[in-house]
Amino acid sequence: MKKINVGRKILSENEKYAFENVLFFHKHKKLCLNMISSPGSGKTTILIRTINELKDKIKIGVIEGDIQTDIDARRIKATKAPVVQINTDGACHLTAPQISAALEKLPVDDLDMIFIENVGNLVCPSDFDLGENGKVVVLSVAEGDDKPAKYPGIFAKSRVLLINKIDLLGAGTQVDFDIERAKDDARKLNKDIEIFPLSAKTGEGLAAWCDWLIKSAQNPASGFTA
Amino acid sequence: MHEAMVAQSLLSIISDEAAKHNARPICARISCGKLSAINDEVLCFAFEAIARDTPCEGLKLEIEHKPLRAQCQNCVQDFDVELSQARCSKCGSEDFKLLADAPMVLEELELQTD
Repeated sequence: MKKINVGRKILSENEKYAFENVLFFHKHKKLCLNMISSPGSGKTTILIRTINELKDKIKIGVIEGDIQTDIDARRIKATKAPVVQINTDGACHLTAPQISAALEKLPVDDLDMIFIENVGNLVCPSDFDLGENGKVVVLSVAEGDDKPAKYPGIFAKSRVLLINKIDLLGAGTQVDFDIERAKDDARKLNKDIEIFPLSAKTGEGLAAWCDWLIKSAQNPASGFTA
Repeated sequence: MHEAMVAQSLLSIISDEAAKHNARPICARISCGKLSAINDEVLCFAFEAIARDTPCEGLKLEIEHKPLRAQCQNCVQDFDVELSQARCSKCGSEDFKLLADAPMVLEELELQTD
């Protein structure tokens, strides 16, 4: 019997591809954001609204991750934005090699930025670096304001928090969601997180998010963290 | 269930290390950070399932969870932070910055050499 010291990173294979993706985005001067949330928080609807809102200002490409179907890719395609669908066949998150392969199918030179819509899941995707410039976590008000405290990992690692479906809030509605509590809990974990409450349905609050995107897409190097 | 992918990667690097030493792996000690959200039971179960009929069958996994570290913005000390009671353990301030979470690492491998 003998013991050996190994000291190898377990996810090094994923990290190798993630680093190649970092170099790719850096070389092409493209902003890439990895969108993560629970299923049903409105990621695809936010993307569609954002693409339409910004279509005369920045060109957006999308990599869609889902366990099954191309429902989301077809919704994105209707906006005429280039889109690649990845089906994970059961896996609860995307991995960096899947992104490397998808990038080859996107007309990257015609784009200003790329969104990755990860598989709907608030836990697993946060462990797998895809080489993106930043993570955008989406929390819809129907999920409850306790989620930053209960799922700290993703809120600690994200550059942006979008609080979606704020049109459900207000007097006479059934949804109790304390925006200030969610913001405070997220900022306790992550002092630098940018927070935009919005409604992808009505468009309320969308302008501030779009302004941030335009600024970030113009200077993608600012998100270079590798 | 990201533990399934972690187990798969783990199996591949343990098999690689064992082959280098031409020995059967008996026990692996791994470490991970708090934010990796690794559930010991789930990881062991996933590893057991995929290691069946490989040289890693029956291998024992020991998992060490490294505490999350933070830097207090008030007293500028680093401390272990419990996210359920998020405050500086030295001065009690709630104003702190999380430091990078520990990565998942295969630390040590015990090999049978006969």
